[in-house]
Amino acid sequence: MGTTMTQHPESKDSQAEKKPGIIRVEGMHKWYGDFHVLKDLNLAVDQGERIVICGPSGSGKSTFIRCINRLEEHQQGRIIVDDVELTDDVRHIDSVRREVGMVFQHFNLFPHLTVLENCCLSPIWVRKVPRREAEAAAMEYLERVKIPDQATKYPGQLSGGQQQRVAIARALCMKPKIMLFDEPTSALDPEMIKEVLDVMVELAGSGMTMICVTHEMGFAKTVADRVIFMDGGEIVEEAPPSEFFSNPREARTQKFLQQIL
Amino acid sequence: MSESTIKPPKKYTGPVKWMRTHLFSTWYNTLLTLVVGYVLITNVGPLLNWLLFDATFQGAGPEDCVGEGACWLFINQRLNFFIYGFYPDELQWRVDVMFALLAVAFVPQFIERFPGRKWLGIFGMTGLPLIGYILIPGGILGLEAVESSKWGGLMLTLILAYIGILASLPIGVLLALGRRSDMPIIQGLCVVFIEVWRAVPLITVLFMASVMLPLFLPEGMSFEKLVRALIGITLWQSAYMAEVIRGGLQAIPRGQYEAAGALGLGYWRKMGLVILPQALKLVIPGIVNTFIALFKDTTLVLIIGLFDILGTVQSTIADPAWQNVAIEGYVFVAFCFWVFCFGISRYSQNLERKLDTSHKT
Repeated sequence: MGTTMTQHPESKDSQAEKKPGIIRVEGMHKWYGDFHVLKDLNLAVDQGERIVICGPSGSGKSTFIRCINRLEEHQQGRIIVDDVELTDDVRHIDSVRREVGMVFQHFNLFPHLTVLENCCLSPIWVRKVPRREAEAAAMEYLERVKIPDQATKYPGQLSGGQQQRVAIARALCMKPKIMLFDEPTSALDPEMIKEVLDVMVELAGSGMTMICVTHEMGFAKTVADRVIFMDGGEIVEEAPPSEFFSNPREARTQKFLQQIL
Repeated sequence: MSESTIKPPKKYTGPVKWMRTHLFSTWYNTLLTLVVGYVLITNVGPLLNWLLFDATFQGAGPEDCVGEGACWLFINQRLNFFIYGFYPDELQWRVDVMFALLAVAFVPQFIERFPGRKWLGIFGMTGLPLIGYILIPGGILGLEAVESSKWGGLMLTLILAYIGILASLPIGVLLALGRRSDMPIIQGLCVVFIEVWRAVPLITVLFMASVMLPLFLPEGMSFEKLVRALIGITLWQSAYMAEVIRGGLQAIPRGQYEAAGALGLGYWRKMGLVILPQALKLVIPGIVNTFIALFKDTTLVLIIGLFDILGTVQSTIADPAWQNVAIEGYVFVAFCFWVFCFGISRYSQNLERKLDTSHKT
């Protein structure tokens, strides 16, 4: 189904090349005050790869992906996204953020704007797309997440699942090369989790580079190329899902999997 | 969804039932109703008599005010002075034009669905002050110049309040943003500015502006007293405004900042498109409160020798030709202030309703 998806030309080209190492994290450390939250993380993600990060709460997985678009600062090591290194330079940060979409646990839609305006805001003001074009594109993405009929409503009028799908559409409207998901289904009522996961599975099928922090192991099994297990601020284990779930190497991974499966 | 045939129970059950439940439900409620009723009956009549039925509205001069009621003739005869101050009679059309434009810009704001009212509002905030800046003082485009010392009355009150309100809001926004800035120098400057101005009484600011400021300015450079007062009022007001707006900024969840940042919006767009629209909406009641307070505080310019509406009325009351008209004068001033402040208040409630997108039930 992925090949029929609406894809902007650049990503088609680059997809053909399958650019290796679109995200490179090298020896990255982070502290909150004296507390060492992230310890010597190393990760290379190729274009089109789908990574799932899991681990117990407080293991630093959210902090990790928030470092990738600099919502959090790292203090040591390097993070290079699409050939741009994240430093204090605001221009670098902005250019990385333009290429990296993010979906939050609590949706974080803008409550004073309609669904359509939420989706068009950044394309119009950052990408300088003409309004009409931006709206047409936004409607396409809203159709893709199956809520074009809600376009004129405000976020406050939608259910949690609908809001999260709008949030995904809003991120996609920027035509990002990479999508980060920070526990996208954790704040949802159980009956709404599936509608959001369906959208994410479909997105994974379209060849999007994705890093997803989630507790949905079913999702990890179906779509992930690699599963990363974090604990205590470290990457404990990294393996393809088949291996990760059936034959985990580390004791901590085994314990974690026993608890959640 | 199937249509239910059960309707909610009816609440309204007629005036007698209403009175029984609301006015005479218990013995002390009944007692209170009777006492309040008695006070109303014995006072409203005489008050109306004084205000309207026994009042003198027309006549030739003070000698016609002989009735028991209020002497509105006094207001009637000196109205020109109360509205225009010492502005020359033959040039008062310029002020009238401004009053008319003010009405054109803002009266439609109260009428839902008035075509183009948004543009009229924008005109009121941009074009209107510019036209006023040319028209009221004159001196260019062949308009005869009128010194600011001749301005007075309601017109001066409106000029002070309007410019104070208009200028203090954007300055306040910048100060509030600066106070929450990550940059220590900007933050420090804003904190010092806000804390200094907010801790000084407006009277002191006005005295300083009119008496001390000229001492610090280089030789040959001087502003008119009115401009100095305006600068003082605006800066003083913007410190208050900044703190009101900061309250709104702090109420916006961190997720909104993060979502805006993650979408690639830079600082000014993030603030202008996402944070401020929400923050300002939250603090509309606080902002309007500050506006109304400013509107009334403009009367303090009296102490530096500017004659606003209260000043003109007060000086006229002292006129020996008119006896015992102080009450009428002050009632008139109070009424004028009430009309404008109530208008501001109603408008803000309108605005709040219109901007409410929370859909809380």
